[in-house]
Amino acid sequence: MPPPIEFQVRRRTLLAGSAAAAVSAGFTGKAGAQSGATPAGSETTTVSLTVNGEAREVTVDNRTTLLDALREHLQLTGTKKGCDHGQCGACTCSVNGNRVNSCLSLAVMHDGDEIETIEGIGTPEAMDPMQTAFVENDGFQCGYCTPGQIQSARSVIEEIRAGIPSHVTGDLTAEIAITDEEIRERMSGNICRCGAYSNILAAITQVAEESA
Amino acid sequence: MKAFSYEKPTDAAAAAARAAEVEGAKFVAGGTNLLDLMKLQIEAPVHLIDVNGLGLDEITETDEGGLRIGTLVTNTTLMADDRIRRDYAVLTRAIAAGASGQLRNKATTGGNLLQRTRCPYFYDTAMPCNKRAPGSGCGALSEGAFSRQLGVIGTSESCIATHPSDMAVAMRALDAVVETVTPSGNTRQIPLEEFHLLPGDTPEQENALMDGELITHVVLPAPVGGVQSYHKVRDRASYAFALVSVALIRQPDGTGRVALGGVAPKPWRSAEADAELPNGARAVIAKLLEGANPTEENAFKITLAERTLAAMLKEA
Repeated sequence: MPPPIEFQVRRRTLLAGSAAAAVSAGFTGKAGAQSGATPAGSETTTVSLTVNGEAREVTVDNRTTLLDALREHLQLTGTKKGCDHGQCGACTCSVNGNRVNSCLSLAVMHDGDEIETIEGIGTPEAMDPMQTAFVENDGFQCGYCTPGQIQSARSVIEEIRAGIPSHVTGDLTAEIAITDEEIRERMSGNICRCGAYSNILAAITQVAEESA
Repeated sequence: MKAFSYEKPTDAAAAAARAAEVEGAKFVAGGTNLLDLMKLQIEAPVHLIDVNGLGLDEITETDEGGLRIGTLVTNTTLMADDRIRRDYAVLTRAIAAGASGQLRNKATTGGNLLQRTRCPYFYDTAMPCNKRAPGSGCGALSEGAFSRQLGVIGTSESCIATHPSDMAVAMRALDAVVETVTPSGNTRQIPLEEFHLLPGDTPEQENALMDGELITHVVLPAPVGGVQSYHKVRDRASYAFALVSVALIRQPDGTGRVALGGVAPKPWRSAEADAELPNGARAVIAKLLEGANPTEENAFKITLAERTLAAMLKEA
C-alpha cells in the first residue's frame, strides 16, 4: 500500500473556490433571508464509524460529507469525487450493506454505521471477483469511475437476487432474471466518461454467471 | 456550504417543536436533494435536525385495509414491498422510474414529496428565480430561455417550474394522504391533492406545511384494483427527469384514474378528466390539460401526454 497522501491546497482547489465566491454574489435566495440566523450549537461533531471492518473516530465540521470524511480524514482515497452532486456515481460506497452516493450524505449522519469502500473489498494481491472481472474484461479506461462502478456492480447483483424490482422488470411478482437490460438499467447511476459500458456489462455478467 | 449545527432527536413532536423554535432550522432525512442544494447555497440552513432517529421507517396495515408508510421508508424499500407490488403496482412502477439505485437506497418517502424543482433557472444562482429569490423574476420566462422541461399547466407569470417527483404522481392517483405532526404536538392529515401548492405569485411556498411541521407518514387507502401502470417519457432511457409521465389505474369496465407528472407544479389529476377515461386518451387529456399555457418550447408536452396515455390504454 502507498503511504497516505499529504493534503495541501492545490491550484485547482483555489480556482474552484474563487469561482464559487463569484457565483455567490448573485441571487442567493433563501440564504439571504436566513443570513441573520446563526448555528444553534457546535459546528463540529465527533463521529464513530466502522470502515472496512475497523472502528474509526473522526471529528469533522458538520458540513463534511461522508465522501470527504473518507478521503480527507481517513485517507481512503479509493472512493472518488466526480460531480459531488449525486449524478455520476464515482463516490458510490456501501453503508450498512446498501450502495449510496457518499457525496450526498453528511458524515455526522453516519454515527454507528458500517461503511465499506473499495479498499475493503480486495487488495491487488487478493482481488474481489468483481475487480478481477473488470480487469479481465477491460471494464475501464482511465479508471476514475471504476471504484464506484465496482461497488455499484456488486450491489446490483445482490439487489436482483434479493428480488428488488427495477424500471425494466416485467412481472413484479416473478423472480427477476439477471439480463443485460436489468444490469444496464440498474447501473444508470454510474457514468463512465471513457464509455467502457459494454465491457463493464461483460464484467458484471461474468461475475453473475460465476456466482450463480 | 454555510456552517450549521446539528442534532438528532428521537421524538417526532419534539423535533417539530425544535424546528419551529430554532431560526433557520431544517429537517434532513435522506439528504439527497437537500445536500445538493446546500452545496449550491440554494438552501442554507443554520441548524439541521436529523429525523433518522424517529423510528418512522415501517410500513403497517391500517384498519381501513390500506397501508401507512413511515416517512423514513426509503424509495427502495417502498417499491420492493410485497404489498405495494401486489396492490399498488403503479407506485412501484413510478418509484422504479425515478432517480438511480444509489439515490433510491437513501431517498425517503417524506423527502421525495418535499424535493425541490429541477428547473435550471432555480438551480443557477446567477439567474433570477422567484422561487429561490422572491421578486427577482423568472429566468425561464425571459427572452430566449430554455423551457422545454418546464410546466404547461398550473403555472403562473411568476414561475413555470414542475414538481419533479414520480412517486408523488402515483400517490396522487392512489388518493394518498400525508400525515404530519405540528410543533404543538398535534397530528394533521393532508390529502396529497392539497399538499403541494400552485405558484401563483408566491412560488417560494411549495406546500401546505406550517413552519416546523413534520411529515410522519403517508397513508394509502385500501387497494382499488384495476390494471395499474406508469409510463415515463424522458430524454434518456434511465436516470432522467420526466418530460411527461402518466400514472394510470384502469378498471375492467373502462373507468379509472389518470395523473400526470412533468407538466405542472404538482401531480396533475382531476375528477372531470378521470370521468372521460371511457372516451379515450384524447378526451381525458383535453379535459385534464384544459387551459394549459405552454411556452413555444414545451407545447409538445400536451400532444406527448395524449399519445402516452393512448399507448398505455392499448396495453391496459
